Amino acid sequence: MSEMKKKSEYLVEVNNLKQYFPIKTGFMKTTPLKAVDGVSFNIKAGETLGLVGESGCGKTTVGRSLLRLYTPTSGDVFFDGERVDKNSIGHMRKQMQMVFQDPYSSLNPRMTVEDIIGEPLDVHKLYSGKGERRDRILELMELVGLNAEHATRYAHEFSGGQRQRIGIARALATNPRFIVCDEAVSALDVSIQAQVINMFEELQEKLGVAYLFIAHDLLVVHHISDRIAVMYLGRIVEIADADDLNASPIHPYTQSLLSAVPYPDPKMAKERQRIILEGDVPSPLNMPKGCAFRTRCKYATERCAQECPTLTDRGNGHMVACFNK
Amino acid sequence: MSENILSVVDLNTSFHTDRGEVMAVNGVSFNLDRGKILGIVGESGSGKSVTAYSIMQILEKNGGIKKGQVLYKGEDITKFTEKQMREFRGKCCSIIFQDPMTSLNPVFTIGNQLKEAIELHTPRKGKEAMDRAVEMLTLVGVNEPEKRVKQYPYELSGGMRQRVMIAMALACEPDILIADEPTTALDVTIQAQILELMQSLQKKLGMAIIMVTHDLGVIADMCDEIIVMYGGRVCERGTAEDIFYRPSHEYTKGLLKSVPSVDRMGEKLVPIPGTPINLLNMPKGCAFCPRCENAMKICIEEIPPEMQMPDGHFASCWMNVKKQMEAQSNE
Ligand SMILES: Nc1ncnc2c1ncn2[C@@H]1O[C@H](COP(=O)(O)OP(=O)(O)O)[C@@H](O)[C@H]1O
Ligand SMILES: Nc1ncnc2c1ncn2[C@@H]1O[C@H](COP(=O)(O)OP(=O)(O)O)[C@@H](O)[C@H]1O
Ligand code: SF4
Ligand code: SF4
Ligand SMILES: [Mg+2]
Ligand SMILES: [Mg+2]
Repeated sequence: MSEMKKKSEYLVEVNNLKQYFPIKTGFMKTTPLKAVDGVSFNIKAGETLGLVGESGCGKTTVGRSLLRLYTPTSGDVFFDGERVDKNSIGHMRKQMQMVFQDPYSSLNPRMTVEDIIGEPLDVHKLYSGKGERRDRILELMELVGLNAEHATRYAHEFSGGQRQRIGIARALATNPRFIVCDEAVSALDVSIQAQVINMFEELQEKLGVAYLFIAHDLLVVHHISDRIAVMYLGRIVEIADADDLNASPIHPYTQSLLSAVPYPDPKMAKERQRIILEGDVPSPLNMPKGCAFRTRCKYATERCAQECPTLTDRGNGHMVACFNK
Repeated sequence: MSENILSVVDLNTSFHTDRGEVMAVNGVSFNLDRGKILGIVGESGSGKSVTAYSIMQILEKNGGIKKGQVLYKGEDITKFTEKQMREFRGKCCSIIFQDPMTSLNPVFTIGNQLKEAIELHTPRKGKEAMDRAVEMLTLVGVNEPEKRVKQYPYELSGGMRQRVMIAMALACEPDILIADEPTTALDVTIQAQILELMQSLQKKLGMAIIMVTHDLGVIADMCDEIIVMYGGRVCERGTAEDIFYRPSHEYTKGLLKSVPSVDRMGEKLVPIPGTPINLLNMPKGCAFCPRCENAMKICIEEIPPEMQMPDGHFASCWMNVKKQMEAQSNE
């Protein structure tokens, strides 16, 4: 029996999660690549937490690590009050699913839609007869807006948006309460992207699933999320209510990130001041001591080089990790 | 007074494939004025890149211009010899791509490649060309340019490589720079750096830019004039204000409603129904017809003509023709 915590208001709780990868940096020498370096957040049932930050900051790793597709270096993850570990993950897998960016590579082109969606049903033995399996598959296809007549077609016969629907139907097959959506709409054209975003929202209303919604498009994340966490080099630097974060970002990195978003509105684009960041993100193999953002931060002081700022509440759960803002 | 530098007139480009002829660009026309930024926007497969590559005549072997003219300062370059085209590509018009590695050679240093481009297209040779290379790197905001010229492309970050590619493209001081999704692979903060750079270079050097992108935000941010493409055709063309505030084609309207916007965050998005177009199976009439909720009988039968709107911009949608006729009969 895995350890139980007292019932909490959160469906998912992540405490100080670390995921290091050993990287060969020389003869007989490895250096830990700190892909995720002490991340904490909570997600309520039926809630969407957006996770943003530039490529390589550790978003995918957070998702994979909390679903135990990797064994975390340290830290705790609780699902519905129960610790997620190598013993408990077996029976929790059904409840926690993942949807990926690339519908092309994550689906086997030689499998029919029916087989793709049916696979998790088979693995978890979620039906008693052939008829029940078939009914469930058709029900799932309808849920994501796929035509039942297409059940016997192959994945490669579908367009990007439809393949993403197949991937989502598959993720929903086990009735999960939590889905990590990793850049799930990023490869789609905007008109199709809007179809899939609406579907995610409708599924949430209907089934009450919670999402960790990872994406690099900040407008999309703002649209779909209740709260948003911003990552920089393996750490969360700010986490707040979605509207609050967009209206009044506090961390210098969040401020420049939001100012860089090109808005589809010529007047706003002309009035807006971009806060251009100098230079590039440092290598996670060679993280700056103290605040990881200090090499690009115009507010950096002595203290930022010595200590690593932790998240503190600035009111209404708006958490920021910065000494000077 | 604005001075026209490039006119594309009724451009048609197609590709031969095993499954038949793919009509990638069907009757595209637009004008580009000196020193202006023109945006080409549309979903993937709408013919944006093929339009750009047709201008440069760098289409893949199975493709070619079937019909139409590309007038550079009044001269039809589709009639040019390969030698004349090389000169056009060297001195008049440059192109940069989404992936800088398509233009950079991994086995030569940045300095060598820049120097070669400069020697090829300008009278500067040897040390003078290398000095110019360092100058160009400074111009595009590459830090420590003396050190960078000795480095190889793989030693630079994605944003840095894109700057080097811009430096290469500008080495010959072209009148026109074509940028095909130049920031699509970059993170937003790096994208902001590159867009800022392109805007400042455009002001400094006075060149015209054709910005090809699927990103409505980038288009709104950068462009004076915009053309919207769907299924290889131009739906609508006008100023940024025309397109964003007075869209007059059902596809453009749908596109604008399907992106999240700051003032509509609480509302549901309004997607365009249906699936992307298949160019091997083009509708007889309006290309957008199978996905258009306001399609009429004539839309299925006939390609909509381009019509000038009251504000002066152009749209190709039967809806406008219908409205005009109704207005006339009410008079
Ligand atoms: N399996 C792995 N082995 C080694 N390094 C990895 C692995 N997965 C990710 N990384 C590294 O960890 C960092 C974070 O990666 P990732 O989580 O994919 O970022 P994001 O999803 O935000 O782009 C990157 O520097 C990446 O190169
Ligand atoms: N070499 C080629 N052979 C066959 N079809 C091609 C070729 N190049 C482009 N196409 C087709 O032309 C259409 C337009 O492509 P493109 O201009 O690249 O679109 P985009 O608007 O995304 O830049 C697409 O349907 C594409 O498949
Ligand atoms: S802690 Fe210091 S370096 Fe880090 S973001 Fe704040 S001011 Fe900048
Ligand atoms: S021409 Fe007809 S089908 Fe095409 S966009 Fe206009 S109304 Fe819709
Ligand atoms: Mg990722
Ligand atoms: Mg393209």
